[in-house]
Amino acid sequence: MLGKLSWSAIPFDQPIPLVAAALVGSVIVCVLIWVIVKGHLPYLWNEWITSVDHKRIGEMYTILALIMLLRGFTDAIMMRSQQALAFQSPGYLPPEHYNQIFSAHGTLMIFFVAMPFMIGLMNFVVPLQLGIRDVAFPTLNSVGFWLTATGALLVNISLVVGEFARTGWLPYPPLSELTYSPGVGPDYYLWALEISGVGTLVSGVNLVTTILKVHAPGMTYTRMPMFCWTALASNLLIVAAFPILTATLAMLLLDRYLGFHFFTNEAGGNVMMFMNLIWAWGHPEVYILILPAFGVFSEVVATFSGKPLFGYRSMVMATMAICLLSFTVWLHHFFTMGAGADVNAIFGIMSMIIAVPTGVKIFNWLFTMYGGRVVFAPPMLWALGFMVTFAIGGMTGVLLAVPPADFVLHNSLFLVAHFHNVIIGGVLFGGFAGYSYWFPKAFGFRLHEGLGVAAFWCWLVGFYLAFGPLYVLGLEGMTRRMQHYDVPEWHPWLLAAAAGALVILAGIVLQVVQLVVSIRDRVELRDTTGDPWNGRSLEWATPSPPPAFNFPVLPHVEGGDAYWAIKQRAIAHAALSEEPAYAAIEMPRNSPTGFICAFFATFMGFALIWHIWWMVAVAAVGAFATFVVFAWRDVPDYIIPASKIARIARANRRSRELALANLRPVR
Amino acid sequence: MSPAEDPDLAPGDEGTEGIAGYVVGLGLAILLTGVSFFVAQTTLVWQPSIPVALAVLAIAQMGVHLVFFLHITTGPDNVNNVMALAFGVLIVILLIGGSLWIMAHLNQNMMPMDRIMQMQR
Repeated sequence: MLGKLSWSAIPFDQPIPLVAAALVGSVIVCVLIWVIVKGHLPYLWNEWITSVDHKRIGEMYTILALIMLLRGFTDAIMMRSQQALAFQSPGYLPPEHYNQIFSAHGTLMIFFVAMPFMIGLMNFVVPLQLGIRDVAFPTLNSVGFWLTATGALLVNISLVVGEFARTGWLPYPPLSELTYSPGVGPDYYLWALEISGVGTLVSGVNLVTTILKVHAPGMTYTRMPMFCWTALASNLLIVAAFPILTATLAMLLLDRYLGFHFFTNEAGGNVMMFMNLIWAWGHPEVYILILPAFGVFSEVVATFSGKPLFGYRSMVMATMAICLLSFTVWLHHFFTMGAGADVNAIFGIMSMIIAVPTGVKIFNWLFTMYGGRVVFAPPMLWALGFMVTFAIGGMTGVLLAVPPADFVLHNSLFLVAHFHNVIIGGVLFGGFAGYSYWFPKAFGFRLHEGLGVAAFWCWLVGFYLAFGPLYVLGLEGMTRRMQHYDVPEWHPWLLAAAAGALVILAGIVLQVVQLVVSIRDRVELRDTTGDPWNGRSLEWATPSPPPAFNFPVLPHVEGGDAYWAIKQRAIAHAALSEEPAYAAIEMPRNSPTGFICAFFATFMGFALIWHIWWMVAVAAVGAFATFVVFAWRDVPDYIIPASKIARIARANRRSRELALANLRPVR
Repeated sequence: MSPAEDPDLAPGDEGTEGIAGYVVGLGLAILLTGVSFFVAQTTLVWQPSIPVALAVLAIAQMGVHLVFFLHITTGPDNVNNVMALAFGVLIVILLIGGSLWIMAHLNQNMMPMDRIMQMQR
């Protein structure tokens, strides 16, 4: 009846996951009770869960990412404290638990923090910057988000029901094959990623179509803000690369479930093919993550320097060059696999070449700042911290791209330090820059600035303190994923790294406090202008938060930095442009399709993991039926009347007129 | 109607008048499939040329699908479709070509099996 599931699946003998789960579970129950008692449930259902508004979906992606960041960081703290304690002692985490922690940490941080963070920012910002009212496929967008949430939920369920993979964040066979991992750990990993991978692919198709096909009038490719270009490149990579991941993991699933031999040691399987395929996805994946962050920095640096982005066309070229080159370097993840000098040399050279367009970008940002009046607000601080940190991470990356050096450093903590250097210093700083930059736009009030600055400095100092020692440890020969060790030279460095993790913890606490304080003081921090940073692109033309339809009348774009041009024209004429005639707008209706599909997908994934075949069938039929019901609906849109649009638009115009009037005496 | 007149049409779509195109495409696809089966069994042509003929027929089949079913044309409203196709083909070539090359090279730096056996003795 319940397949492999029984009471023995719950780890009653391990206090840590049980206490953690009880704590999180009670928090969730309390929030649910509060929501129901206060009567927020209809609001939550109508305005968020069933919403197909790209802004709401983008915000939900970001919230998912930030919550999962807390979970992933908890794993990080446990690993750092384990390694700080485990000098000539077993530490406090038994090996099988420790192995699950580092696997879950990597999986969560890449797939359920970095990915939803970037996709969330793209979802929120791209349609606003393009001057349009929604993405190309709004309901599909909602499906994509909820399937991602399903994946995150499955990974977290593994904490208390069964176990997670002990294989590392990429389930390398033969360890992940049934012979060596007979438990459900790899199955949790595989089904969570198969389901959320569909969500990511759907979101990628949606954003590519949006950027290529849906524009405000006059918004040609070379007038798009840089963030739209990097989003285009990133989503092209999603469309090209994620099918490889899905297919590779599907082959591993066939091995595990149906006795195939794609990656087994015997019967003609080849484990090396798994490394080859997973990294053919895995390398484009790192550019999927970093390219939107580059876009955020381009927007932030231009805005806070008060200048147009330096070298826009070279930036576009560099972005698209990275998009293509990212598919030609994947072997550098397994130089030591045994390939000959020809192969290693070519992929080593390609890995060095791909650093060139990134270098072009760094210089463009520096030249954008040069001669500008730089404002050191938190988004700009993150951007500056990124430039220094990412340049260091890039250089250690080029070092690792030299095959002989890689033979020494492969799988050492040097590698761990390198990829944290580029992912924290690049993607996460980019995410935080975007979060603090677009927060006033999304919610209508600013984040507390002092706490934001403090959080930035904790993150920056904590990062160097936590990962600087790992470079040294790597050079001293410490390999990654060690549960305990007995080399006295390593111990002080690991203590320093643990201290660094605590400083980062302080940064995270400050960010939580910042959010709480900002919500409490939201009236003082209210952004009445809609343009709190003196921005350059069209999202700042909307009120904060933007109405469901974004733009009452689609803006006519006549050049780059579209909103900057509108502002300059208003200043020159000392008046806003003529008030246009407002017409009723058709917007897509909300739909619970995404939520219900993901509801069934969660049960299907869980049932597949535990071999509960009847439940798989029921859930599959349910998900398909949901899709059929959606496909047959008759009324896809609702109409917003012109009077309502005029009211919202006029309020926005009044705030702009006020800003203009305040500006004139200065000039 | 072209996509410019009807916003519900994708670039390259021909709207309701495209039935003839689909019929021609179906005919060509069936013809090419039939010829492939015929060529595979025939003794009329030089035997070693059969795989080459099959490859040619397969590529022609892809062309028929692209033109008649996926509506890839050289028209000015079709640049995105052609670019997407080119990008897809490039990625497939890089992935398959790269994988074949890498997998063929795999054991270059590995000790031959007989030497490993000798060392274990």
